[in-house]
Amino acid sequence: MTKAKFGVIVFPGSNCDHDAYNTLKHVLEQDTEYLWHKDSSIGNRNVLIVPGGFSYGDYLRCGAIARFSSVMKEVVRFAESGGIVMGICNGFQILCEAGLLPGALLRNENLKFVCRNVTLNVENKKSIFTGTFNGVPNKDRIVLPVAHGDGNYICDENTLSELESNGQILFRYEDNPNGSLKNIAGIVNKKGNVLGMMPHPERYSDDILGGHDGRYIFESVINYLN
Amino acid sequence: MYSAKIKVTLRRSILDPQGKAVEHSFQSLGYDKIKDTRIGKFIELKIDASSETEAKKMTDEVCGKLLANPVMEDYEYEITSLNGDK
Repeated sequence: MTKAKFGVIVFPGSNCDHDAYNTLKHVLEQDTEYLWHKDSSIGNRNVLIVPGGFSYGDYLRCGAIARFSSVMKEVVRFAESGGIVMGICNGFQILCEAGLLPGALLRNENLKFVCRNVTLNVENKKSIFTGTFNGVPNKDRIVLPVAHGDGNYICDENTLSELESNGQILFRYEDNPNGSLKNIAGIVNKKGNVLGMMPHPERYSDDILGGHDGRYIFESVINYLN
Repeated sequence: MYSAKIKVTLRRSILDPQGKAVEHSFQSLGYDKIKDTRIGKFIELKIDASSETEAKKMTDEVCGKLLANPVMEDYEYEITSLNGDK
């Protein structure tokens, strides 16, 4: 199997970049490199990770400043030409701000930062990011950690009906931790090559960290590329 | 030189949990006639523009591109001349 070439973007204030790098490089043994926010090229990478954290201190709105950094121009270009992009947590917020995903993420409904494991229902197992769930028995439900203050997904009614009818909602919370519309935890764009999700698969891909349900998401991408 | 005073607020259709929490505190203080509390952002900046029209145009641009997210926020602003001219 050919190794995927992952690029993990690092913004000032990213704090899940190392988790993502460790999971991809050392747990899944893929070709993995960091990309700095000032880079003007993504090199030969064929999957980009926009990681979690507090890019630019979450000033103004989460993700609002990061989306104007120079590497993001390349991320947008890459995504628009069909490249695979995964935004996790703050990365999801950045991709919404950049217009690569519809909707926005508001402050959690109860105003509290939520940090715990949640159960997710896998709604669509045919996507680039969920293909391997088909082969794993009892993987309609997975457990992943969440850690965010702004995960309350919203979009307008037309967008929601498009998301539903195109199968763009990949994950829903079983017990909603943030008030998100229709329990949405993760979506893809219409073409299906850009993922945004609030839960952290990169923090839950190695049993030493408590579980490995996150692996299936990265392995789906690796399988897809092969 | 012009000054822009910009207000960014969550759209009316969106629940504002911060506003609600503050309103609960008003009620605890006995101000039960205060309603519909909304929390927003206030941004003040100066623009070295040659006319008020240009200053307005620039303010609209930065509000649309950066200061407000049209999915969830509305903005309004006031422009004043700092030169005493218009």
